[in-house]
Amino acid sequence: MASTVPAEHDLRRVIGDGDSIPDGEVEGVGEQELLDFYRSMVLLRTYDERSVVYHSQGRIGTYAIYWGHEAIQAGAFHALEDEDWIFPSYRESAIGLLRGMPAATVLSWWRGHPAGWWNPADYNLASICIPIATQVPHAAGLAWGKRLRGESACALTFFGDGATSEGAFHEGANFAAVMRAPLVLLCNNNQWAISTPLAAQTKADALVDKAAGYGIPGVRVDGGDVLAVYEAARAAVAHGRAGEGPSFIEAVTYRSAPHATADNPKAYIDLERVGEERANECLSRFEGYLRRQGVLHDDLAHAIKAEATEVMRAGIAAAEAEPPADIGLLFEHALADPPASFEHDLAELRRILGG
Amino acid sequence: MADRYLVEAVNDALHVEMERDENVMVMGEDVGRAGGVFRATAGLRDRFGADRCVDTPLAEAGILGSAVGLCMAGFRPVCEMQYDAFSYPCLDQLITHVGRYRWRTGGKMTFPITIRMPYGGGVRAPELHDDSPETYYVHTPGIKVAIPSNPADAKGLLAAAIRDPDPVVILEPKLVYRTERGAVPDGEHVVPLGKARLARDGSDLTLVAYGAMVPVCERAANELEASVEVLDLRSLKPLDEEALLASAAKTGRIVLVQEAPRTCGYAAELAAILVEKALLDLRAPVLRVTGYDVPYPYWTIEDAYMPSVARVVDAARALLAF
Repeated sequence: MASTVPAEHDLRRVIGDGDSIPDGEVEGVGEQELLDFYRSMVLLRTYDERSVVYHSQGRIGTYAIYWGHEAIQAGAFHALEDEDWIFPSYRESAIGLLRGMPAATVLSWWRGHPAGWWNPADYNLASICIPIATQVPHAAGLAWGKRLRGESACALTFFGDGATSEGAFHEGANFAAVMRAPLVLLCNNNQWAISTPLAAQTKADALVDKAAGYGIPGVRVDGGDVLAVYEAARAAVAHGRAGEGPSFIEAVTYRSAPHATADNPKAYIDLERVGEERANECLSRFEGYLRRQGVLHDDLAHAIKAEATEVMRAGIAAAEAEPPADIGLLFEHALADPPASFEHDLAELRRILGG
Repeated sequence: MADRYLVEAVNDALHVEMERDENVMVMGEDVGRAGGVFRATAGLRDRFGADRCVDTPLAEAGILGSAVGLCMAGFRPVCEMQYDAFSYPCLDQLITHVGRYRWRTGGKMTFPITIRMPYGGGVRAPELHDDSPETYYVHTPGIKVAIPSNPADAKGLLAAAIRDPDPVVILEPKLVYRTERGAVPDGEHVVPLGKARLARDGSDLTLVAYGAMVPVCERAANELEASVEVLDLRSLKPLDEEALLASAAKTGRIVLVQEAPRTCGYAAELAAILVEKALLDLRAPVLRVTGYDVPYPYWTIEDAYMPSVARVVDAARALLAF
């Protein structure tokens, strides 16, 4: 039986198609904000495209591609204040760039170099989380802690459709709801978990239906529409700040790039569908909107792209200029108060390596 | 000084440390209204409020995972896992995050989480209320592990764990929660991690143990016709290697006692250290008295599984006759 999506699951969208679907607008979002969103999306897109190139050149390791997810990341990001915390999965590895993190830091992380470490408190940004959904309870705890301290900050965590099958997602979402934690649960439903399609992940009509089970509001938006994502995230943040607890956002998109540089989707994906999705990807949709609104023109678009390209050029240069990590870093930060064995092991290793 | 049962000493430590530092909070299943299924957290909710002694949903990974986030917000969470074998869902968070997060931030952020739980068998309980899971914790990088055997150490080690900048797991021997009674210092009392305790001085043979096996070894020592030393490790990681090697140098005969299954158990680590660093001090093989490599049994036959005084005496006699 084909899955049918009930009417209430229609995707919320703001950006029209330049044809039969009219453009909408979001209250409080003027020209300045629109261009901020655009700059962020271009920076994220440039990071992603350059990273795939750097990988092919052997300059970074295996890389998780997020091409086509920039609307979700930028839309959610701009709904946050600086005091708010972000808990990314590996799919949002470069979100720190939007908070001023040097591109070299994230590139170093993908180069497997300790220069990719950062202090989460410097950016209110948790470390990149690899095991699926395990960051969700962290975000719940941080948001709960902020509420206990009487602070207004909230947390937002990104995770994918596959993550909703994990116990950690459930425990984190339920914890946040029970503790009335100001948390935005942002599900990036790109309909694929490596090769597992959404239909093999859940029997639910829509992932947003899971919100009801936690007694929290949920909304389903077009994940290719940065304005729709922004609007939903802004409402979810306001809900949390008002002391009402967490919310769930299902941002629906389509993974039109491989899961990662090591993945070959040709074995499992419908390439015709991928072609359609790529032709309708989020950045060009937003560009069309901005041009129809008269906010963006060629010179400005080129300048913004050039700025992003320069960030990446400087970033990879800085990352590659990092001296090789000293082997002392094997031990140095594992414990605040290291055991005597660390010193012994390191001395022995240095002797054997002749360093 | 007041005489307290071991579980009362745990409760005392929690009161003192929560009074001392307002960032300390206790969280777990039934820790608030009920005061814990063993009453270890009794009175905390009344004294410090429901936001500092938190009844959580039944979600061990959620408890430990949200504790990571609470650390980021500046808290020092003390997480209770209701029973040893119920702690396994939290291993995911422990291994993938709790033991690694400090390292992952280049040492810029600390995660002062305490995980405490009752452990061990001999209490005539249903299945999965009796495990001795210390090896899983000890084996995880970035995690410290301590196991008290008496009330004063139960208080002091827990206080040390709560004040430690790194994650510490405290396993409390539930078998002796309300049988081990002794003098406990009033007010602040800290037993540093990594310091063993010489429970009994001797010269012919050493029984090395921790937690509920310490009283077993003490009783075995009383039955032996030799001068028997009993070393209570107290802290498994960091280990007081110096104390272990000093005792080996003194007696040359070592019996290692643990109630966990044998293979890759903590006693195996101790045996390896003795072979690496004390070979010439040993006058006999190192013997282990342990649980068996089987599921912890139903309680009508659990006494045959647990290392008993008779089994410890038997091993000790074999070494003395070697």
